[in-house]
Amino acid sequence: MRAPQWVLRVWPFVPIIGALLFTTLLLVLFGASPLESFGAIIEGAFGTQSKVLSVVAFWIPLFLASTGLLLTFKAGLWNIGIEGQIILGSIGASWVALNLEAPSAVLITLEIMAAMAGGALWALLVGLLKTRGGVHEIFGGLALNNLAILLTLFLISGPWQPPEGGSFRGTPPFQDAALLPRFAESRFSPLSLLLTVVAFTLVAIALRNTFWGLKLKALGRNARSAFLLGVSSEREALFAMMFCGALAGLGGAVRVLSWFDSLRQSISGNIGYLALLVVMLSLFRLFWVPLISFFFSAVLIGSITLQLRTQLHSSLGGILTGVLVLFVLLFGDSKRLGLFSDGGDADVRE
Amino acid sequence: MRVEIKDIRKYFGPVKANDGINFVLEPGRVYGLLGENGAGKSTLMKILSGFQPADSGEMLFDGKMKHFDFPADALKEGIGMLYQEPLDLPPFKVLENYQLGRGDGVFLNQKEAAAELRSLGKRYEFEIDLDEFIEDLSVGERQQLELIRLLAGGAEVLILDEPTTGISAGQKDLLFDSMRKLAHEEGKTLILVSHKLAEVQELCDHVFVVRSGKIVGQKSIPCPTDELVELMFGQVPERSQRPTFPMGELALEIRDLSIATYRLDMGNLNLSIRKGEIFGLAGLEGSGQDLLVKACTGLLKPEKGKILLDGEDISSHSYHQIQQAGISYIAAGRLEEGLVAGLSLTEHMVMAAQEHSFFIDWEGTEKTTWERIEKYQVVGEPNSLIDQLSGGNQQRFLFAMLNSPLKLILMEQPTRGLDILSVNWIWDQLYKRREEGTAIMFISADLDEIIERSDRVAAFSGGVMSRIVDADKTSVDELGHLIGGQQ
Repeated sequence: MRAPQWVLRVWPFVPIIGALLFTTLLLVLFGASPLESFGAIIEGAFGTQSKVLSVVAFWIPLFLASTGLLLTFKAGLWNIGIEGQIILGSIGASWVALNLEAPSAVLITLEIMAAMAGGALWALLVGLLKTRGGVHEIFGGLALNNLAILLTLFLISGPWQPPEGGSFRGTPPFQDAALLPRFAESRFSPLSLLLTVVAFTLVAIALRNTFWGLKLKALGRNARSAFLLGVSSEREALFAMMFCGALAGLGGAVRVLSWFDSLRQSISGNIGYLALLVVMLSLFRLFWVPLISFFFSAVLIGSITLQLRTQLHSSLGGILTGVLVLFVLLFGDSKRLGLFSDGGDADVRE
Repeated sequence: MRVEIKDIRKYFGPVKANDGINFVLEPGRVYGLLGENGAGKSTLMKILSGFQPADSGEMLFDGKMKHFDFPADALKEGIGMLYQEPLDLPPFKVLENYQLGRGDGVFLNQKEAAAELRSLGKRYEFEIDLDEFIEDLSVGERQQLELIRLLAGGAEVLILDEPTTGISAGQKDLLFDSMRKLAHEEGKTLILVSHKLAEVQELCDHVFVVRSGKIVGQKSIPCPTDELVELMFGQVPERSQRPTFPMGELALEIRDLSIATYRLDMGNLNLSIRKGEIFGLAGLEGSGQDLLVKACTGLLKPEKGKILLDGEDISSHSYHQIQQAGISYIAAGRLEEGLVAGLSLTEHMVMAAQEHSFFIDWEGTEKTTWERIEKYQVVGEPNSLIDQLSGGNQQRFLFAMLNSPLKLILMEQPTRGLDILSVNWIWDQLYKRREEGTAIMFISADLDEIIERSDRVAAFSGGVMSRIVDADKTSVDELGHLIGGQQ
């Protein structure tokens, strides 16, 4: 049986509706009004201009990290270490902001370069651990994530502590010249959006139209054959890691230079792990990534209002996104379900 | 068990893999299912063994209609299939692998399983070391284990899909002996799926010939081979002749080469191949010929000695440097070593091209891909994923990806699993390459192929290379002795 065209076309919405139903059920079980709760989330995300700007400001680093992950996933690498790469980006930018003095434009350029270098270096370490040390990138990445967190704690309670004494909360606020110019008293920096769009465009072109992108694809599918076809596996894997790390680092810079104004204890806000979910939810399809990361931002920022308005904890947003990812992975691929497997594609076999 | 197949149909898009197949199999006999690559044999057997469902049609076993969703369902009903690739777990020990397939309940009964495995092994004269790891066994030994597992599972009908691919002559004889015993003494129904006429003649009692998804005829064996060939192809194909070719100067020279791996030490290898020469390497699997080829590709670093390509020592070059220098390598595993499942034909062409620009010229490459598809008669389109092609077409595409000119082509089992027409065709393409001065060195398990296609031949036995013989002055018998280690 071949599924009718319209079924295939609306199929992507099935897991979304499923996740909404599941969350609604949870709300009902806890005695909350689903309409009021979802209403609160929507209002919390889009109710006022400043709320919309918050969503956008939160979206940018998430979008950057997800864009980077498109490269590593394409190459078959599970870059869990992206969380640490964001943190190292924050640290790199913070170092410049705290230690150098220059006109704003120069300072910001240097901050961004330091952040990208920091993220790329942290990613390179994960890559080298894998290619040279035989440590799987998931384990190397997790270890380096923890090291990055410890490094932040050391910096904010030690060398970079505020004059009033270390409190594990953060560094003193950066000089004004070091911060990204922000839009209308919000946390949103138009410059960071511009950089993000450029980065996404470059990655999209790299994946679709360059030989490098094709090499990553081959590497991700079958490293042995790719090698025999002329791909130097180690070099390409390390490059993919470093590009991803650089974009994550840029995201880290946006976190310290526009979302906050200093290096804080949990600077990445789990954006790295969220980005992994975004890319998995997109089923690795390029143009879904900005939309999904925006949706995540809206739900998570909206959930803050939810908590203020109702008795529910703001983690409801996290539950909704988490369930959504699970549902998509379970039901997203109509072919894998075996529902319409026969005759769907012209399979020319013996 | 009596097996009756009625009007089985299976379409893959526009391809009619099985187009109304009917036959009846009686117990106690060995049946052959003969057909060229892509004729629909494997599809039919996968349906029979529960690996995939038919679009329509009926299967009756001892008169009862059955429908299978999984291979395990089929085995419960007594249908067992031995796949081309054994379905075992390489990191397991023999006994563990057997226990897994046996389904022992919660606790494993080591002793009982071991005793069972030993007695079955004895009955069919298979030598089995229970503590050996599967990955250390040869393909032939793994087949024997699979066969035992199926028999222990109660198989009454046994399907063997191209079982002689990649096993030694001795193992083949053993396998055929046990197949005869199973049919003629124990009353089981055996089906040999093959495209090799000699095998069918040697083993089977009765043969069905499949062409383009239909049974086009059946014969009782023995019968004249020409009749089978005509049924298979619809015509009697000419066996292609190796044209004599004046050889050029030295292409590849191997001087005092030593190779050491954990399983084999080879020393003192000397060999020279001239431009346009075809050099065949014979020997049982793992006798060292594969190591020699790997050393020439740069995948294996020799201990000492020289490999000279056009006079330049390449023994310490990397695989990619050697590729650049004009050597191409076609490995034995298609989708493991050479092709990337999930990539389209066009994407493969981009990867294989000699020169790469930063941006991919998709349009231009698609055009080249069409040209190669037509030239190499690949059934597929530039946008087809390589894993959607049949094995024979994948093999053709591997050859389609070769650049030219090349100085040397190294091949492992270049025509394994292909029918006569495809084999002839591939060799004709290779013969043409000699005009560009390309030398060819290849490994084959098929001695006839080696003698027929090579100019000169060397045999390997336990890491030792034999004297080099001229192909037109040697015989299968002489090569057999050389492979056995007699000089």
